[in-house]
Amino acid sequence: MAAPVVDSWSWFPALALGVSLLKCLFINAYHSTDFEVHRNWLAITHSLPVSRWYHENTSEWTLDYPPLFAWFEFGLSHVAQHFDRNMLLVENLNYDSPATVLFQRLSVIFTDLVFIFAVRECCRCVQEQKGSRDILNRPSFVLAVLLLWNFGLLIVDHIHFQYNGFLFGFLLLSVAKHLQSRHLQGALLFALLLNLKHIYLYVAPAYGIYLLRSYCFTQDNKDGSISWRSFSPLRLIALGSIVGSVCALSFGPFIAMGQLPQVLSRLFPFKRGLCHAYWAPNIWALYNILDKVLVTLGVRLKLLQEAELPRASMTGGLVQEFQHSVLPSITPSITLVCTLLSILPAAASIWWRPGGARGFLRCLLLCALGSFMFGWHVHEKAILIAILPLSILAVESREDAGIFLVLTTTGHYSLFPLIFTPAELPIKAVLMLMFVIYSFTALRKLHSGPVSLLHPLESVYLLGLVVVATACEIVFPLSPWQQKLPFLPLLVTSVYCSVGVTYSFLRLYVSLLRRDEKPKQL
Amino acid sequence: MQTWSLVSLCVLLGVVVRWGVSLNSYSGAGRPPMFGDYEAQRHWQEVTYNLPVQEWYLNTTDNNLNYWGLDYPPLTAYHSLICAYIAKIINPEWVELHKSRGYESPAHKLFMRATVLVADLLIYIPAVVLYCLYLTDGSAKKKVSTLFCFLLYPGLILIDYGHFQYNGVSLGFALWGVLALGLGWDSLGSMAFCLALNYKQMELYHALPFFCYLLGKCVKLGLMGRGFFLLVRIASTVLVTFALCWLPFLSDPSRALQVVRRIFPVARGLFEDKVANTWCSLNILIKIRSILSSDSQIYLSTACTLLAVLPSSVRLLTKPTFWQFKLALANSSLAFFLFSYQVHEKSILLAALPVCLLLNDLPLVAIYFLQVSTFSMVPLLLKDGLLVPYVVTSLAFLFFGVFLLSALEHCSEEELRLGAYHKLLFCLPKLDMACIVRWKFYISVAVMAGLSFASVALVPPPHLPDLFPVLVSTTAFLHFFGTFLYFNVVQFSGPPSRKSQKKKN
Repeated sequence: MAAPVVDSWSWFPALALGVSLLKCLFINAYHSTDFEVHRNWLAITHSLPVSRWYHENTSEWTLDYPPLFAWFEFGLSHVAQHFDRNMLLVENLNYDSPATVLFQRLSVIFTDLVFIFAVRECCRCVQEQKGSRDILNRPSFVLAVLLLWNFGLLIVDHIHFQYNGFLFGFLLLSVAKHLQSRHLQGALLFALLLNLKHIYLYVAPAYGIYLLRSYCFTQDNKDGSISWRSFSPLRLIALGSIVGSVCALSFGPFIAMGQLPQVLSRLFPFKRGLCHAYWAPNIWALYNILDKVLVTLGVRLKLLQEAELPRASMTGGLVQEFQHSVLPSITPSITLVCTLLSILPAAASIWWRPGGARGFLRCLLLCALGSFMFGWHVHEKAILIAILPLSILAVESREDAGIFLVLTTTGHYSLFPLIFTPAELPIKAVLMLMFVIYSFTALRKLHSGPVSLLHPLESVYLLGLVVVATACEIVFPLSPWQQKLPFLPLLVTSVYCSVGVTYSFLRLYVSLLRRDEKPKQL
Repeated sequence: MQTWSLVSLCVLLGVVVRWGVSLNSYSGAGRPPMFGDYEAQRHWQEVTYNLPVQEWYLNTTDNNLNYWGLDYPPLTAYHSLICAYIAKIINPEWVELHKSRGYESPAHKLFMRATVLVADLLIYIPAVVLYCLYLTDGSAKKKVSTLFCFLLYPGLILIDYGHFQYNGVSLGFALWGVLALGLGWDSLGSMAFCLALNYKQMELYHALPFFCYLLGKCVKLGLMGRGFFLLVRIASTVLVTFALCWLPFLSDPSRALQVVRRIFPVARGLFEDKVANTWCSLNILIKIRSILSSDSQIYLSTACTLLAVLPSSVRLLTKPTFWQFKLALANSSLAFFLFSYQVHEKSILLAALPVCLLLNDLPLVAIYFLQVSTFSMVPLLLKDGLLVPYVVTSLAFLFFGVFLLSALEHCSEEELRLGAYHKLLFCLPKLDMACIVRWKFYISVAVMAGLSFASVALVPPPHLPDLFPVLVSTTAFLHFFGTFLYFNVVQFSGPPSRKSQKKKN
């Protein structure tokens, strides 16, 4: 270990405090219906007995997170009553007094302390380069900025309103524990996370296979293949009991009350459509647009009768099922199969050739991206599950830095339609610009070399985003099409971004497979 | 990291913070019949757009001067006119004569806030960036740190983007003037300053140092030779700039006089509300306003102001260096703020600008003063509902000022420029100056935090309803007065040693 620099960490509190204060400035900004969702959950958990939590449906925003999150809201509600008791009444729909707004915003800012702590742990795991004495060029500093000042988290949590920072804190902390080889703590944190928000099931396969392969088997053969005899049942039992007890703690009471089917039906609402209100930039966005193009072509070429086509509502803004016209319609089971197929190679790779904790991180990324690409009713915000962990790899390897730049820029841009109010337009544009400038200059400096981080074509694609942004955010609202085709900017945004996300996904896969081949050739 | 990217990050952060503050309420929101400065600015757009130039400053049936009549110099009026043209395109209701009074809507608020940001982006922010890059010394990182603190000075942000005013324009022009003088472009500098003066008459606070610096420079060059030409060039620049700004009013002397009368209203009394200046603080002990007639009040305040400005001006006249100029700017504006007639609490921004210029040279004192200046406006900010932005920006400024400029480490006697005065000021030679200053800073911050908290949370006793505003203004006054004395002392001590060496190189 290199000798620690004396003032090495004084910048970290500064970064964290700076971003926390910035978040406080957005207290009066626009907030989405998610604000009311969480207010309603505060009210439900505060004023109803546990047995009613998953049955209550006065508001349309029923409780649809796992029980631990409900307990988290229950805890928050005890602080909330000192701000404004009226927000804790279930019938007070759409209640947003200034004290309520202040409390809810501050609750996000304060629970972000978990995230800040997790970022610090991650920064400690990063390999420091030798010789770089300037703080600004140290990987740990760059990583801290990329995570703490992440554009997506800032706008999704502190303007749109959600508790992602708190949840990602658990994810990053668990990743950091794995990087430090404290697997049991990592597993415990992840089990807690799963019971806070089940969207992290996306990355559960990576955890399962990694822990089984690299923790339960204590040794590898000399050629790196699995040594079946080194299996340690004790470790498996330890893991199992940790995960099992967390789940029992969370779901136990509901199983005891015989409410498990009710809870599960709330957690997995398959009645929703293939795509969310506006399309997340994934394969299905491309699939939908292909369908649309084929329909238009068909009608033009007189191959299809317009009257026979089902009325396809595109991104009308409502969550509803969507019928494809030419291409076969997609069912949840198809998406499930596609998702599993897409993450299979990554899972197989860390089974046959475990690359340590970093290999696990790469597999986690591919799981997150694979589920994002092929999943059923994916939210655009889910891209953050890939972006945040990729930041760790980006400060360590040159190739990943290139992928990171493409993925973050497109992924973050795809979040733009979330914040559609004109008053917040300057904030999202400037914050995005800041993040782009910082990530490009810092990573370029970190991986300084003769070759540019990005292929010229990638640069052209990313510059195209500027054109898309000006067209969608400035030109379109002023043009006459605004009334006729209100969904056009959303469509353009998700289709354009899905190209970049798909490309990053493929490149990540290529880098994984290339890594697999290298040791064989040696 | 290259300097350009750090600079652009600082600027962008400055923009985000400004816009974040602007999401909050403004002065007089939803408070008829008079509303506040926001309505004043909107009303000026209405007046300038609908009335001919001659009537802007006249009381007519279409222009009731008692309802936010135009009382700033012509450039402000032109600026309002430009904004009004844009407003007219977006929504004609915003500037309709008479009918638009007290118009408020989210879209209109957005428009007004955007005009402030645009003006800032065009005038104030570029000047700050250029000043920090070219006229401060130290490494690139040091320059960027100074820039960061300069851009995030809370007082200006809160008044312009919260309360609602266009101080960034006049201060920005003044800063362009300073910048040009620092780079040796004297005519351009005087032109920029004339623009500032024609935007807001309060820029007179800075006029004497500009005058003395330029005159001193001319004298130094020799009034019989090159100095004379410089003087003529500057004088003609000033005259031409003024003439251009006042062009529509010059055809009739009485019209110009009416404008002047509107700009300098002497009938409004020695001070209004609770200002952290001498007269208001003295008022606690002696009720000056009831003892003296209003004429003698004017004479008294003028005399005191002149007396207070005199030392620094004379010093600058005899020694016209840029360092002296910056200090004289601070001294003069503070003297005006503390002693002159009819001072507003927002006028402290005029003193804050020169102190911002000193952020790099005297970090601790500058941060200290700037924080107190923000604090002195607490009653106003609370009235406008700007508590959260006030707390957030102040904390950020204090923390990052101290952290980035390492202010607390740089407070030895040498670094406070007090070396020469040591024996004179302190009879006890063993006193640790740095320690005293540091503790004074901590105590002041604690007092400010306590008073801010009290103003928000506590109810004053019924027989003393103004208790907290008076306490705030008195505390601020003591600090301002102390800083005023300190800057005068620094101005009369020798020039900073490091600086003079660098100049020679």
